Amino acid sequence: MANSQRPLSPHLEIYKLQVTMVMSGLHRITGVALILGVVLLVVWLTAAAMGDDKLEVVNMVLGHWMGKIALFGFTWSLFHHMLGGIRHFVWDLGLGFSEKVRFGMAWATLIGGILLTGLVWVIILWS
Amino acid sequence: MVELSLPKNSRPTKGKVWPKPDAKNLRELQIYRYNPDNSDNPSIDTYYVDIDDCGPMVLDALLWIKDNIDATLTLRRSCREGICGSCSMNIDGLNSLACTKGIDEIKGVIKIYPLPHLPVVKDLVPDLSNFYAQHRSIEPWLKTKTPAPSSEGLQSYKDREKLDGLYECILCACCSTSCPSYWWNGDRYLGPAVLLQAYRWLMDSRDEATGERLDNLEDPFRLYRCHTIMNCTNTCPKGLNPAEAIAEIKKLMVERRV
Repeated sequence: MANSQRPLSPHLEIYKLQVTMVMSGLHRITGVALILGVVLLVVWLTAAAMGDDKLEVVNMVLGHWMGKIALFGFTWSLFHHMLGGIRHFVWDLGLGFSEKVRFGMAWATLIGGILLTGLVWVIILWS
Repeated sequence: MVELSLPKNSRPTKGKVWPKPDAKNLRELQIYRYNPDNSDNPSIDTYYVDIDDCGPMVLDALLWIKDNIDATLTLRRSCREGICGSCSMNIDGLNSLACTKGIDEIKGVIKIYPLPHLPVVKDLVPDLSNFYAQHRSIEPWLKTKTPAPSSEGLQSYKDREKLDGLYECILCACCSTSCPSYWWNGDRYLGPAVLLQAYRWLMDSRDEATGERLDNLEDPFRLYRCHTIMNCTNTCPKGLNPAEAIAEIKKLMVERRV
């Protein structure tokens, strides 16, 4: 019997990954992560407003190595998303569409986000 | 809608491995097969092509298979020189024209699929009805209100130059079917090829329907599902820049408000 419904051709799993495509995906993922990070920030500020004992509890949770990993992820999301935002701003001006610039900006977003995150954490852990 | 995995009836199975021809220089091709005349899932068949007996392009290899191994392999092709846009398909993970893609540009096994995220009619032939309907929806023809001139409608060199990088589009659909946004929202998002065409008519100095054209595009889906993922521009076999054209349309939207 003939198939009544045509199959859908393969897409995501066969398409060759490119840095521009991955940066677009990461921009979304870091955007969602930032919302979760803001929740952490609000919890911390609320605790600070409620008194020393509450703040101490939250500080203890965030000071735990798992809390630190979350904060590290928050920092990276912040820088990655910020640089991604600048990249999108350049495109919104109608600039940066040549092959060199669009790939350059994608790599710069990725590497810049990691470098800035590393820098901030070096400063935090140093002082 | 974002659906990362394929529906059950669309998941390719391991297909037939066709016998190797008796030759020294062989290239392995893995090709997506689907036969609408039975109820089997699509499959990935393996073929070996005698490179010394075959032309230099991927299309040559496909036709070599058709001529020498398996005449049932189905694909569209016509001009074999990159101007008709018929033989667009996914080759080695990127969309391009089989006739302008050199076999020697690809390392290792040559994997060939139909253009991504489209209903498959047979083998490498996808159904492009929606794509053509979307092209029609932007009314890709010259629209004027003033009476037609008695002779040719002339353009200055400068105005004509604005169409460079736009008029060359052959509507092969490589860019649109490379776009994840078009995969998830192809029913409502026009996609890079059609938007590049839309921009081509917006830029035409002789066209007098710019306002209506922009009104038609001002929609959260039709235009603004472009998230500058850049797959379109990275894959265009004619070296055009649909992402830039879309950015220019977005700019026109802003400019007409200020």
